[in-house]
Amino acid sequence: MNIPTFMGYRRENGAVGCRNHVIILPVDDISNAACEAVAKHVQGTMALPHPYGRLQFGEDLDLHFRTLIGTGCNPNVAAVVVIGIEPNWTNLVVEGIAKTGKPVAGFYIERHGDFKTVEMASWKAKEFVQYATELQRTECKLNELTVSTKCGESDTTSGLAANPSIGRLYDRLDPMGLTLFFGETSELTGGEHLVAERCATPEVREKFMQTWTAYDEFIKSQGVDLCGTQPTQGNIAGGLTTIEEKALGNIQKIGKVAKVQSVLTPAEAPQGKGLHFMDTSSAAAECVTLMAAAGSVLHFFPTGQGNIVGNPIVPVIKVSANPITVETMSEHIDVELTGILRGEMDLDGAADKLMEMMIRTLNGRNTNAETLGHKEFVLTKLYRSA
Amino acid sequence: MIKFLVHDPEDMVGVAVADIEAGETVTGKIQDSDQTIEIKAVSNIPLGHKIALKDIANGERMIKYHIPVGKTVADIKKGEHVHTHNLKTERW
Repeated sequence: MNIPTFMGYRRENGAVGCRNHVIILPVDDISNAACEAVAKHVQGTMALPHPYGRLQFGEDLDLHFRTLIGTGCNPNVAAVVVIGIEPNWTNLVVEGIAKTGKPVAGFYIERHGDFKTVEMASWKAKEFVQYATELQRTECKLNELTVSTKCGESDTTSGLAANPSIGRLYDRLDPMGLTLFFGETSELTGGEHLVAERCATPEVREKFMQTWTAYDEFIKSQGVDLCGTQPTQGNIAGGLTTIEEKALGNIQKIGKVAKVQSVLTPAEAPQGKGLHFMDTSSAAAECVTLMAAAGSVLHFFPTGQGNIVGNPIVPVIKVSANPITVETMSEHIDVELTGILRGEMDLDGAADKLMEMMIRTLNGRNTNAETLGHKEFVLTKLYRSA
Repeated sequence: MIKFLVHDPEDMVGVAVADIEAGETVTGKIQDSDQTIEIKAVSNIPLGHKIALKDIANGERMIKYHIPVGKTVADIKKGEHVHTHNLKTERW
């Protein structure tokens, strides 16, 4: 099979990315200010502020660390400066990222204060930027990549055109040997049996159904009845009648070929190639952040009414077939597929267009979300802190 | 001009890609083929909504995307608008 190539960054551990970020990563909410001060000082760095990281415990704390470490490990990141309030948790994050072999350094604020911490971290950040800016893009193969998808602000044009076009692209990428993600546990409701049928083994199927059932039971335990809220009033106005129909529109994104190789917990990196399901929220920024932390370097985001989400380290390619969205929100839409609605384009034509934009983006073309500064870094929190 | 699209050759409904008026004879296309279908609409069908491609009896399973997406709760005529008034989920 002819595997397309592109010019990417091959990291110390062999993983391949398409961006070359130097990030200043806070371990906790109260270290945001120091991180932002460093990023303001040292050009070419980017702070990733977030609101959590103190007094979390159990599975929620594990997810916090997994997301921060995974973000630092992402092959789109060249080097990382970590800042936390105290040394122990800061070192945990540093050690997790250091396993990739990429440059990483940690600083803590206790016994130093913001001023000294910012000064020390700035020296290191300057060194990392100069290291990163000397790295060259090299020829990489598409099958060295991890790619993800999640849709948002969906309408009937999503199920009709944008989502099945991503599905047709996934049908091409899976046999090439890429690693592919999908998620959105809640949005599969009504079509979960179809995803279960696509699982590669009975064990994967069982784990998938356990994951979905746990979500369903969680919703019910909160006293919420999805039957009154799904499809939403907006969905119904747009022409969607049943939850099965809505879920089927969503599931179009995984195409018809790939089998689900594993079920991942949020932000968990997969063991092998192929298609993987990740247990995620369906909130756009949370989902993309988790998939990026698991190693996705490029995200396809089909939208109907026009979700505008981006991510600090992963280019998000926005795809729409809704002619009104494409016209009124053109600065956000990277690939427009309105031709499908006019009967002028088929899914193969759409997949060609997506593949072309994929290669251009991998080679360095900034997505609309990147040029507009959409850097939504949103951590998933499983339950309240102590 | 194409006014509706059909996901799969075995589907019982198409999806309007432009507003359709009652009495209008409209052409649809089966996705991923060059096959077209002509149907006389018997109700108004807004963009994004479904049009019945054949007569469907009350209580039948509705096939879209080649898969059941609910059960009909009324007889539906070819060319009729299919939505919450004649189609319900099988989930609850």
